[in-house]
Amino acid sequence: MGTPPIGADAREEDRAAYLDETARKFGISVEDYLLPTDGSIRILDETGALRPVGEQGTAPGHEYPLPEAGDLLEAYEALVVGRRVNDQNSALVRQGRMAVYPSSHGQEACQVAAALCLGADDWMFPTYRDSVAVMTKGIDPVETMTLFRGDWHGGYDPKKYKVGIQSTPLTTQLLHGVGVAHAAKLRGEDTVVLAMCGDGATSEGDFHEALNFAAVFKLPVVFFVQNNQYAISVPLAHQTAAPSLAHKAVGYGMAGERVDGNDLVALLAVLRRAVRLARDGHGPLLVEAHTYRMQAHTNADDATRYRQDAEVQEWLAKDPVTRMRAYLRSESVLDDAGEARIAEAAEAMATRLRDGLNEDVAPDPEDLFRYVFTEPTTQLQEQRARLVDELARDAATETEGTR
Amino acid sequence: MTVTTSSDANGNVSAATARASERAAEHAEAAQLQPVTFAKALNTALADALEASDDVVLFGEDIGTLGGVFRITDGLTDRFGEHRCFDTPLAESGIAGMAAGMAMNGMRPVIEMQFDAFAYPALEQIFSHIAKMHNRTRGGLKMPIVIRIPYAGGIGGVEHHCDSSESYYAHTPGLKVYAPATVADAYRMLREAIDSDDPVVFFEPKKLYWSKDRLDLDALRASYDDGAPASRSEGKAVIAREGSDATLVAYGPSVPTALAAAAAAAEEGRSIEVVDLRTIVPLDDATITASVRKTGRAVVVAETPGFASVASELVARIQERCFHSLAAPVLRVTGFDVPFPAPKLEEFFLPSVDRILDAVDELQWEG
Ligand SMILES: Cc1ncc(C[n+]2csc(CCOP(=O)(O)OP(=O)(O)O)c2C)c(N)n1
Repeated sequence: MGTPPIGADAREEDRAAYLDETARKFGISVEDYLLPTDGSIRILDETGALRPVGEQGTAPGHEYPLPEAGDLLEAYEALVVGRRVNDQNSALVRQGRMAVYPSSHGQEACQVAAALCLGADDWMFPTYRDSVAVMTKGIDPVETMTLFRGDWHGGYDPKKYKVGIQSTPLTTQLLHGVGVAHAAKLRGEDTVVLAMCGDGATSEGDFHEALNFAAVFKLPVVFFVQNNQYAISVPLAHQTAAPSLAHKAVGYGMAGERVDGNDLVALLAVLRRAVRLARDGHGPLLVEAHTYRMQAHTNADDATRYRQDAEVQEWLAKDPVTRMRAYLRSESVLDDAGEARIAEAAEAMATRLRDGLNEDVAPDPEDLFRYVFTEPTTQLQEQRARLVDELARDAATETEGTR
Repeated sequence: MTVTTSSDANGNVSAATARASERAAEHAEAAQLQPVTFAKALNTALADALEASDDVVLFGEDIGTLGGVFRITDGLTDRFGEHRCFDTPLAESGIAGMAAGMAMNGMRPVIEMQFDAFAYPALEQIFSHIAKMHNRTRGGLKMPIVIRIPYAGGIGGVEHHCDSSESYYAHTPGLKVYAPATVADAYRMLREAIDSDDPVVFFEPKKLYWSKDRLDLDALRASYDDGAPASRSEGKAVIAREGSDATLVAYGPSVPTALAAAAAAAEEGRSIEVVDLRTIVPLDDATITASVRKTGRAVVVAETPGFASVASELVARIQERCFHSLAAPVLRVTGFDVPFPAPKLEEFFLPSVDRILDAVDELQWEG
């Protein structure tokens, strides 16, 4: 398929033709292409057994081949490491080594699949909860945690890694993803952008603007919504009246798909296809993953105020790690030696985080002024001089005091 | 993301508490008064306002079941029902815009913005519509809306959780801007804001939420309900501490810091007066002017970045009104003109007691 026209050049016929061509490729109607399949795509059942192809939730035009064993093993390793990262970071918060950590415990399959579906030149736009995805994409774990330790408002170089800075204001990053994709398209680059957000965030205005822009400009963006059922205390039913979050895509002229967010096999299959379609010029797609935030929103939150223990227990039984492990063992892709190796990798990661975050790096007060502008203004230079002077005087009084 | 404050994170709150308890100490002991937190005072004010008028409704993110991330609306849904205090979908522009429409249709919405910087998606509704509706309709429509914003630093919050955003709102004609600093003011100013027929941006200093004051909350409620004018605070600054050598002008989170600085200066023999503005818009020029004319010296203390800010406005007005009484230029101690810093750099940014004392020392004292 040729490059679809951009912006003002797009005409009514082009719009229809573009969707028609995509649908024809799958031999289904445009409506069937746009609408998510009934229920979630689920390849493994809750015990980790492979479901019969007819029961995986697929439909014509939405069939998903099983990813290769090697890829699944690699993904499982990232999953186990991701779980360890979450638990290690939560412990570091309790020990006062970090200001805050929004854990993705329970959602690690989504985190890992998000990173592993992308090519080296593709971009990711994560939120505050997506630290595991960021690390899985290859970013130094200690750099990733800088934001939460409280050293600086970010920690890694977005351009170097092609990962946007973790966004705390909700959904603003989706539009940045759209912008990166538009720039890539104008420059003729082959980049796909994966832009992530939560279920609550889909109510923000920027979510809708991002979807609409991406669809109108036919940009290669995969919007990945991790529906973990709650926005702090507010459950999904209070967030939307739509049949699913994936259905929201249709109104903008983009395809939506629902996937079991605790089934790493299904996630890899669905996200990889979405990335491929986007790269092939079929425009943006929205993937909604059904998962659960097993822990509180952050350490400052008390989840018992708004959800029942029985519900948490129900989701515990769907844990992505035990499920994937059972599958790989039953397929003999994973053996004792493999497990030992992976456990070691997870421990090495935990040690790296502990060592890195236990290190006391004294903040440099002059950093306050360093990065406000590329060239500091005279006003800022003055203010910096004042602070330096103040600190010097403080230091002098302290020395006097100890004499 | 949400970072709530813990009581031990409230560094320099003790000064406010100390002052208030000093004032009320004898009375308190006699009456066996219980300490009341700033948060409790706000919660009580909201409950009393819901009780007083069926037109009052509360809504925002997480304010129902959870009681808000700072628990300011705790228990109100249980007590008044979901139609009076409810969660909205997650959309600040939606919250503010819906409040505008509800106000057009006779209600008095009180909305919560979860954190200062997360109000920014709502600025279009607040600046372009809520602030201007009365004016555009030549008085035909009123906008009795309260926009509650947990605000400013001192709790070690990460990115976007600690902006000092008051200057944006104060700069927008049509908005009233309140910033209480004491527990009693938290109660009475919130009641007043809700009773106001104009839109009020109500700044709640996060670091003061768990500060306490011994006061008779019932008496305060009764005096508010009696409509005693003495209990009104809009446009009425208070002298939080009397002094004769210099004036510190402060509001909201900076008041306890200014009081602590005044107490420290007293040990060095300097008598510093502290003015707590209470409301930034409307501004009590008279009290500021009288104080500075009396002392002849002034320092404005505020967390907001100083450039083009509430603090610069205050300095300009003092200069204009008190020029012939001034013994020294009016100085400012504010946040630097940089984005609100990460937790580990916060201490270098916030106006501190030392920084205020340094400014006081610069006020051209002789002999
Ligand atoms: C614009 C904006 N408003 C409010 C907040 C405060 N806040 C942080 S996280 C959150 C809930 C988000 O829920 P969801 O999108 O479902 O993501 P999750 O935290 O569950 O991953 C809220 C309200 C924010 N970060 N940004």
